Amino acid sequence: MSKRRATVNIEVCVACGVCANQCPRGAISINRGCYAQVDVDRCVGCGICEKACPANVITLLDIEDMEARNGK
Amino acid sequence: MANKKKNWYDYLWIWSIVYFALGFFNIMFAWLGLIDFILPLIFALVGGNKWFCNHMCGRGQLFWILGRNAKCSRRKPAPRWISSKWFRYGFMIFFLIMFGTMIFQTYQVFAGASGLKQVVKLFWTFKVPWQWAYSGGPFPQWMVQFSYGFYSLMLTSTLIGLIVMVLYRERTWCTFCPMGTMTQGICQLKANGDRK
Repeated sequence: MSKRRATVNIEVCVACGVCANQCPRGAISINRGCYAQVDVDRCVGCGICEKACPANVITLLDIEDMEARNGK
Repeated sequence: MANKKKNWYDYLWIWSIVYFALGFFNIMFAWLGLIDFILPLIFALVGGNKWFCNHMCGRGQLFWILGRNAKCSRRKPAPRWISSKWFRYGFMIFFLIMFGTMIFQTYQVFAGASGLKQVVKLFWTFKVPWQWAYSGGPFPQWMVQFSYGFYSLMLTSTLIGLIVMVLYRERTWCTFCPMGTMTQGICQLKANGDRK
């Protein structure tokens, strides 16, 4: 399993749902029609959503960086 | 992705094609396009979600099939400004003004101030003769005029979507689709309202 996880820039996300439709793990949902939300526990960092996102707001981040960012 | 069970609404891309085909033969079918205007708004207003965009938008599905499956897209990230707030809301306002203009033209025909114009106007500029699609019927003239106006709007926005599909990613249209901007805006208002 990759050491990276998908993260969404929710400020720019248009909530179109392309990522959620493409995710082979069903790890992405659209939160109340506002933005895409990644279930980090289910995400395997494959990057399919990143390449599908028309607004280019999904990036893959290293798990360690994400944890450092979240102050864990 | 692959191996996912298909639902009936995964085939709504066929509806997008059927819609334009029907309007080619009889312009009155253009009225059916209102479904694509009203349904997403009902989903957003009642459900507070974008389920229509996410699962039922035939146009988005068509762009995906043409762009991804038929390899008609360069699949390059679009410039940032295309999905920026000012462009999205600006385009939505422009679209609504054009929609209002079309309604006004329909009203003028209704009031007898102008005659029926059997043309499809592409990109709000180019008039394409389309008179074969209506040769009389039981409908009042204003209903026919609305059909021409609405069909023009639907065809123009699909063409814009196809252009950005080829240039950038499959569903780049979705980032500035006026219906998408409107429904997301409604959902954000609803979500913020609940939080207070």
